[in-house]
Amino acid sequence: MLLLKTYRASFIFRVHPFCGDLAFAAASCGRVFLSFSSQAFYSVPAIFGVSFGIRKLYMKTLLKIFAWATLRMERGAKEKNHQLYKPYTNGIIAKDPTSLEEEIKEIRRSGSSKALDNTPEFELSDIFYFCRKGMETIMDDEVTKRFSAEELESWNLLSRTNYNFQYISLRLTVLWGLGVLIRYCFLLPLRIALAFTGISLLVVGTTVVGYLPNGRFKEFMSKHVHLMCYRICVRALTAIITYHDRENRPRNGGICVANHTSPIDVIILASDGYYAMVGQVHGGLMGVIQRAMVKACPHVWFERSEVKDRHLVAKRLTEHVQDKSKLPILIFPEGTCINNTSVMMFKKGSFEIGATVYPVAIKYDPQFGDAFWNSSKYGMVTYLLRMMTSWAIVCSVWYLPPMTREADEDAVQFANRVKSAIARQGGLVDLLWDGGLKREKVKDTFKEEQQKLYSKMIVGNHEDRSRS
Amino acid sequence: MGSRASTLLRDEELEEIKKETGFSHSQITRLYSRFTSLDKGENGTLSREDFQRIPELAINPLGDRIINAFFPEGEDQVNFRGFMRTLAHFRPIEDNEKSKDVNGPEPLNSRSNKLHFAFRLYDLDKDEKISRDELLQVCRGAPGELVLGLCLLIIVGRNCSFL
Repeated sequence: MLLLKTYRASFIFRVHPFCGDLAFAAASCGRVFLSFSSQAFYSVPAIFGVSFGIRKLYMKTLLKIFAWATLRMERGAKEKNHQLYKPYTNGIIAKDPTSLEEEIKEIRRSGSSKALDNTPEFELSDIFYFCRKGMETIMDDEVTKRFSAEELESWNLLSRTNYNFQYISLRLTVLWGLGVLIRYCFLLPLRIALAFTGISLLVVGTTVVGYLPNGRFKEFMSKHVHLMCYRICVRALTAIITYHDRENRPRNGGICVANHTSPIDVIILASDGYYAMVGQVHGGLMGVIQRAMVKACPHVWFERSEVKDRHLVAKRLTEHVQDKSKLPILIFPEGTCINNTSVMMFKKGSFEIGATVYPVAIKYDPQFGDAFWNSSKYGMVTYLLRMMTSWAIVCSVWYLPPMTREADEDAVQFANRVKSAIARQGGLVDLLWDGGLKREKVKDTFKEEQQKLYSKMIVGNHEDRSRS
Repeated sequence: MGSRASTLLRDEELEEIKKETGFSHSQITRLYSRFTSLDKGENGTLSREDFQRIPELAINPLGDRIINAFFPEGEDQVNFRGFMRTLAHFRPIEDNEKSKDVNGPEPLNSRSNKLHFAFRLYDLDKDEKISRDELLQVCRGAPGELVLGLCLLIIVGRNCSFL
């Protein structure tokens, strides 16, 4: 392939430190031009934000195929007199959750035969409440299922989402095989080529812009280089994005916060707006990209040692935000990737700075490809490959109206308020649990709170009795 | 190509579990999914750490005892059969089941089996008796123990009058 030959050619250049950038730029330019001409039809409309409607047609066709597949599976299930496995419609827990007091009172009422004019403080049957609650969490809890990919209601012809779908007939298997062929042999090479183009253009473009003198022209060029490259990357993933309420887009001197599902969130937001990124300095390819980007416009990269120092982080962010000429910062306060069915606790650091917060809600449609990055299971390369071999990445982005911290709120309450707004807009479950529970154990203080609640109930009753 | 989960759970096994516990086909498949997602070591069994990883269970005051109920005497691992057997106690009692199998063994979710399960949560040393100490253990651990201590002894004393 032409692409490979020119890539190899670029390595022949002897790279000296002071002209390394230039040589790399020259080689990449040559390669880029060649790959560009072969993908002009696909990528040029992307840069100018024009769509031929091909992607919408693609989505519609896929949905029709999925619906047909589900019908066939249901038919197969009916033949064997079984019910088709549906993770959400057939619930497994019968009762709705009630509070501790109500539940224990009900248990005592149903168990005791004598009249309850003197409420007992402690009954042996109280244990049933905790036992039932414990069993319910073993069968299905709110937290651990957020750290693995969402189960689909119906199969989308990808073997990776096939947890429990049975009754897959021969026709469906053939269809699946066809899908594998299309995805791996046609879509994947095209996407990889586009991704290479996008990333190398980004590195080259920002390096070149970095040599320009500071001024409005440099800003203009930097913005458009960034936007162009991100838009190419969006096409590389076949990401079909719908932006809502674009009049609320973040402005200079503000902080943009969003729920975090995958590294692709950055590409999705940055292809529609110009942000300053915040993050840790990485090595390898990521490091090259980061160093190039910071030449064109001021991003906030932290060294690994600096990340632990919360005051330093806060100070740098505050400095950046107070300079009104600097770009809005993009932050993901959850701190880790969650599977896009819920929003977990927002870390209060970014809400203490005192800048205007622009919340953004991102909701992916998992039917076409689940974008969640399960970092304990897949590395970055495996994850990107999985993304590029899905049907598409379909998502909706809502820009919510800006929020500021009120006088009587502290940072935690403000963070929770923003979190609820994002959860409500995206149709996600609003949880108070910390995303860090993905890797760490829950603190003992939470257990003590539960014990406090119960003991308050017992002691409260006893005090009433002793008073009367 | 079949589904990943059911190739590990054979149809015969599924039928056996269905007969033993009374769960439906889809419920067993669902709970097997749950079992495999809890099983981080991917060795077909759950250890105590796997249960403690569930935050809502870890904050339950009786969390440790509930976890112990899954593990038979002296063992540290529970397989799927054992897991289902314990969960079966929590199936709702259906009246029409009483007439089904009068001569067979009592179903796992019968009233007396449920009570037996709760009894075992109190009975730590498994001597088929609940002692005063064992009862106190349940109430212990609540903060402000010094204040509560006296109140609880009174309460526990009243409840233990039948021993």
